[in-house]
Amino acid sequence: MVLLDSIRMALAALLGNKLRSALTMLGIIIGVGAVIALIGLGEGVQGLVTDQLQSIGSNLLYITPGSLSDMGTGGGSGGRASLTMSDVEALNNPFNAPHVGAVSPDINTFAEVSFGGNSKRVAVNGVWPNYPAVRNVTVAYGAFISQQDVSARSTVCVLGPNIARDLFGDEVPLGNRVRIGGVPYTVVGVLEGKGGSAFADVDSYVYVPLSTAQMRLLPLRGRSGELGVSTIYVQATTEAEIDLAIEEVKTVLRYQHRIGIGEDDDFTVINQADITAIFGNITGVLTTFLGAIAGISLIVGGIGIMNIMLVSVTERTREIGIRKAVGAKRSDIMTQFLVEAVFLSVVGGLAGIVLGWTVAVQAGNLIEGVTPKVTPETVLLATGVSAAVGVFFGIYPARRAASLNPIEALRYE
Amino acid sequence: MADGGGPVIELTGIGKVYILGKLKVRALEEIDLTIEVGEMLAIMGPSGSGKSTLMNVIGCLDQATKGRYLLRGIDVSRLNDNRLAEVRNREIGFVFQSFNLLPRITAVENVELPLIYGGAMGSRRSRAARALEAVGLGQRIHHKPNELSGGERQRVAIARALVNDPAIILADEPTGNLDSRSGAEVMKIFRRLNEEDGITVVFVTHDPDTASCTRRLVRLRDGRLTSDEPVPEEERLQAWRAIETTGVLHQVVTDGTAR
Ligand SMILES: Nc1ncnc2c1ncn2[C@@H]1O[C@H](COP(=O)(O)OP(=O)(O)O)[C@@H](O)[C@H]1O
Ligand SMILES: [Mg+2]
Repeated sequence: MVLLDSIRMALAALLGNKLRSALTMLGIIIGVGAVIALIGLGEGVQGLVTDQLQSIGSNLLYITPGSLSDMGTGGGSGGRASLTMSDVEALNNPFNAPHVGAVSPDINTFAEVSFGGNSKRVAVNGVWPNYPAVRNVTVAYGAFISQQDVSARSTVCVLGPNIARDLFGDEVPLGNRVRIGGVPYTVVGVLEGKGGSAFADVDSYVYVPLSTAQMRLLPLRGRSGELGVSTIYVQATTEAEIDLAIEEVKTVLRYQHRIGIGEDDDFTVINQADITAIFGNITGVLTTFLGAIAGISLIVGGIGIMNIMLVSVTERTREIGIRKAVGAKRSDIMTQFLVEAVFLSVVGGLAGIVLGWTVAVQAGNLIEGVTPKVTPETVLLATGVSAAVGVFFGIYPARRAASLNPIEALRYE
Repeated sequence: MADGGGPVIELTGIGKVYILGKLKVRALEEIDLTIEVGEMLAIMGPSGSGKSTLMNVIGCLDQATKGRYLLRGIDVSRLNDNRLAEVRNREIGFVFQSFNLLPRITAVENVELPLIYGGAMGSRRSRAARALEAVGLGQRIHHKPNELSGGERQRVAIARALVNDPAIILADEPTGNLDSRSGAEVMKIFRRLNEEDGITVVFVTHDPDTASCTRRLVRLRDGRLTSDEPVPEEERLQAWRAIETTGVLHQVVTDGTAR
């Protein structure tokens, strides 16, 4: 007997029981659908994050207070700062740190920003004029904070495009005064959008001069009373020298903070590679988790197929007897039932791919910036795995059918 | 399979024991039976006497637990599963009391099955159709079994048994589920196969008149062969006359209506 005959027979049997075939496939459809949707969305998110990480620039270093384990708790809200203006000065000194280029201190805080009747609580950053160059942002119109603004502690601000739209609607923000923490600031510029971020809504940031923020918004002080900062951005002179720059930064800050030999840093230096690695860990865990779910759902789907195939073998005992009586060999019966199982799982798998794809695309429409990716590799893998599930879970019922004794099968009622 | 000049079927000391838990059922004991090429013979016996078991053993659907079975000179007990399937496919056509057609597929598809399993390519459909024509069902080839009468179903089953040109037709109570007219049809087909095509025909029946259509009648009781006698010529002719009459009546009826 040729395979084509087996396929024709299997198809006839499955079409003769459409509802049951469809329900049997459901397990695989849902399993594969979930895998495709999750992987598609996962790749979309990963693509977005990778883009954003790359936009950070690979020669940029973040210096934050505290060790990595208590990251972000050191400088968020008033009180003692472990990073100070004298650290900034020390880092800016090319004799201390020859491979450190631009140094850009930053105060990060949240404040109520209002104009007219509109009001919103957003992140406010106190920055230096070199911030746009270091952080890769562009002014859409107006100007950024100037050195003069910093020196004079001017009450001026620059708005991210989203907060500008939220506060002003169609009005021109430039020259208007917004209130930040109750104090009026003149809007001098609006930034270009950077697009939604997986981490923060950067397009709703508001920027004021660092000195102004230190005085009015977040009066951080260091150990000896000097002005503090939340974060220091440092650019290595070149990408290749980033490791040297990191070492220099650490040496300078340890000296500045009088950290003894053997004591731990009270600050953390992070670069893009670190963030990428952390993110890689997260996605690794997620992928394993998704893989486990996918595996479980496919096993459940496969057991469903096995169950129905066993029922089918029992129901069709007489049919098997008849086929054997007219000359079907074990292998013929085996092939027929195996083809049925594989057909169920593969068609279920293909339907699952379509379903998962649809779900991924719909979900992608809901999440800004995420474009789900369903690659040919994923589709091939899903199809292959479905077929393998069919073979694996189909083999036992098929074997059982094939090993029936013709006479006993014919006597079966 | 080699075609020796000897007997087509040769059973010596055949026994068959079924084991049901602790119980041993001796369905066949010490059966010696030799059937020559081109014979037509009937097997009779009370219910439970082992007729079906014997037919199944001869048909290679089942294997004896004792004794020797030579089919065209070849020892069947030596054949593996695949070879037995080939024997069932090519050497023997089996006809059952309960037809045993696949219900979901058409008559011609049922008849095609042995060709599929025999690995025949190409002309399968037309060969199956010709086999159905040979049993007078040329007009019914696309009917499903439940759209056919009992007699027609049995003729489909006979077409299926014939389609691979077997040397032997085995029929276990082929007329048992049929009215006398359909039974007569079946017997006429068997006679034609036997006399015109030289096919060896062995069938089981409960009906003495049907049994008398053969030249040789074998009786079983409690798994043993109790008699093996020729049918007197006079009796045989009379039986056929009865069948012809049923056939004529049938012809008249169908001529008047269906055709
Ligand atoms: N598969 C089986 N398992 C157990 N006993 C069986 C089986 N097939 C037949 N028998 C027994 O063997 C004996 C002969 O049965 P069978 O050949 O069917 O008789 P017949 O066809 O003459 O009516 C009976 O006693 C029957 O119960
Ligand atoms: Mg019987």
